[in-house]
Amino acid sequence: MRAYIIRRLWQMIPTMLGVILLVFILFNWIGGDPAYVLAGKISNQEQIDNIRRQLGVDQPAWVQLWIFIKQVLTGDFGASWSTNEKVGQILATRLGPSLTVLVPLLVIETLTAIGLALAVAYVRGALTDRAVMILCTVGLSISILVYIIVFQYFFAYKLGWFPVQGWGNGFLENLFVYASLPILIGLVVSIAPNLRLYRTFFLDEINQDYVRTARAKGLSENRIMWIHVLRNASIPIITHLMAGLPALLLGQFLIERFFSIPGIGREVILAVERSDFPVIKAITVYVAFATIATNLLADLMYKAVDPRVQLK
Amino acid sequence: MIAATKVIAVAHTVSPGLWALAWTRLKSDHVGMVSLAIVAAFIVMMVLSALGLIAGDWAKETGINYAPPSFLGDDIEAGARTGAVTSPAGTPGEPGSETRPGGVDPLADAPAEPKEGAKPAEAPATETNGDGGKSVDPLADVMADIKAGAAREAAKGGAVPAEVRAATLPFGGDKWGRDVLKKTIKGSQTSIFVGLAAAAVAVFLGTVFGALAGYYGRWVDDFFNWFYSVFNSIPYLLLILAVAAVLQQKGVLTIILILGLTGWTGTFRLIRGEYLKHKAREYVQAADAIGASHLRRMFVHIFPNVSHVVLVQLSIYAVGFIKAEVILSFLGFGVPVDVVSWGSMLNEAQNELILGKWWQLAAATTAMALLVTAFSLFTDALRDALDPKLKGRSGA
Repeated sequence: MRAYIIRRLWQMIPTMLGVILLVFILFNWIGGDPAYVLAGKISNQEQIDNIRRQLGVDQPAWVQLWIFIKQVLTGDFGASWSTNEKVGQILATRLGPSLTVLVPLLVIETLTAIGLALAVAYVRGALTDRAVMILCTVGLSISILVYIIVFQYFFAYKLGWFPVQGWGNGFLENLFVYASLPILIGLVVSIAPNLRLYRTFFLDEINQDYVRTARAKGLSENRIMWIHVLRNASIPIITHLMAGLPALLLGQFLIERFFSIPGIGREVILAVERSDFPVIKAITVYVAFATIATNLLADLMYKAVDPRVQLK
Repeated sequence: MIAATKVIAVAHTVSPGLWALAWTRLKSDHVGMVSLAIVAAFIVMMVLSALGLIAGDWAKETGINYAPPSFLGDDIEAGARTGAVTSPAGTPGEPGSETRPGGVDPLADAPAEPKEGAKPAEAPATETNGDGGKSVDPLADVMADIKAGAAREAAKGGAVPAEVRAATLPFGGDKWGRDVLKKTIKGSQTSIFVGLAAAAVAVFLGTVFGALAGYYGRWVDDFFNWFYSVFNSIPYLLLILAVAAVLQQKGVLTIILILGLTGWTGTFRLIRGEYLKHKAREYVQAADAIGASHLRRMFVHIFPNVSHVVLVQLSIYAVGFIKAEVILSFLGFGVPVDVVSWGSMLNEAQNELILGKWWQLAAATTAMALLVTAFSLFTDALRDALDPKLKGRSGA
């Protein structure tokens, strides 16, 4: 087990270097000279040269790359180009609000989707099943933007059940006042695709021989579905959940933007709008690292869920 | 001898190929065929609109500001409107019916301008001196006269009533009085074209990379797998936004490239697997034996056998990219301001909704939901038709 983890950690290094290289190439070459972006329109050659020296862009490429690698390793990306706030500070303060929305959403959404998917998989082929599937397909085809616009208009603006946007100071206030509508929207948006997906996972299991055996020995339907089928179907579900985890942090960016929640996603959009390269670079690299790490975590969880899985 | 060959030729029945079989299966799938028809209709609409045959004049401000849809009637917000305005609004739901073929009258729009925003419902003030008293614009009456004159001119010329701004439009008007229906058609053109073109780029890259990795194996495979895991470890939307931040220029081509260059990973994985499977088969060995080159084996011999995977991928990607384009354009990182797309329409609609003008939101949403639903169902049907083994496992 330990040898496996060490080997996996070792194998991560080329991928992480690749991410660093990709981000480096993207921001230092494809985008043109970063000094011009930072200097803006009103600038003379002298200023640009100064900025180039500060950024280290006048150095050879491999020196610049080394500077960037050092930044990634120490977590010190310098200051934001637009607000002069430390990038590390920005990331640290934006993570909390994102997680306040994300964690409850993830828990409620996963439990609901699994419950509903089990239910429709159980009555597969029946009218309910088909109606739910059609509803999901149609629901999926409507842009997330429309859900946000309509829900925000209707529930917050028109009915006044929730604040239209904003963010408070206390955790409980945030969770129950400001985050409720965003969580509700996130739930509505993500339940359709997940329900469809989990249903197919359950359908794969429900026709297996072990289900017939369980029925034959007189187990209750509840026990068969919730214990036997669910545990066997949990591997693809874990894969799906874990793979989507870091993306979810950003996936909320539209919601965060609409509701003015000071989270990571909104920070990305602001940074892109302001061409705030250090912030985008830092978020891209760290989210990529988080993705690589969750992939390993997912593999370890397979082992916990299914003892047959051999970690090689 | 000749007779003998004939006999053989008759006796030899050609068994239908993969595509013919798939087509037969697809035809028996009613949901799939209806979806195909809808998707085809959208694509025809896109082509017609691109050629300028329909909705070419979408930018013309034909109605009053926020003109309500015709089926609601014009009185839902127009206050004391005198009946003198001949509303040229056509039959509801019939695209293009309200267009005036007459040339653009430069003066036509002028009288309405000063009142824009303040009293939008009264904008078509061509006739009234009755409400002229309310106007603070000293030139209003003069302008009204000029405009009335122009209208008479046009009427004399036998044309449809000239640049009178319609009080209602078939599906309403936007902030500037542009026809929402035409805007939606024009927006579909952008969104669908971006979706299809970006899907083509992404699937092409994924197929070529996957073919190289799967066919050659060894270090080529290692390299592309590394490349894949690098791209795959950066969440897709973040990668798109990062590229958008760097490129700094908006345009349809830019967004196609952004989506296409970042989206190839899924296809790569599938195609690589297919090539791994196929390269050991006998027919490839036979091709090797007759001296076919590597490239020929990869793309002439193996590719037709995996092309159904490519087709399904293309269809899946098109749906995904249409959705992605809408989000990008909404955020302002997509198409430039002078190009209309469903995303930019939704962006405008967001503010309009608070004023109670829901039609632009409804139009863009309906068009998009219809296309995306049809496209997804068609994709499922296509996959079932091309790979019957997978039937009933749609959604994964």
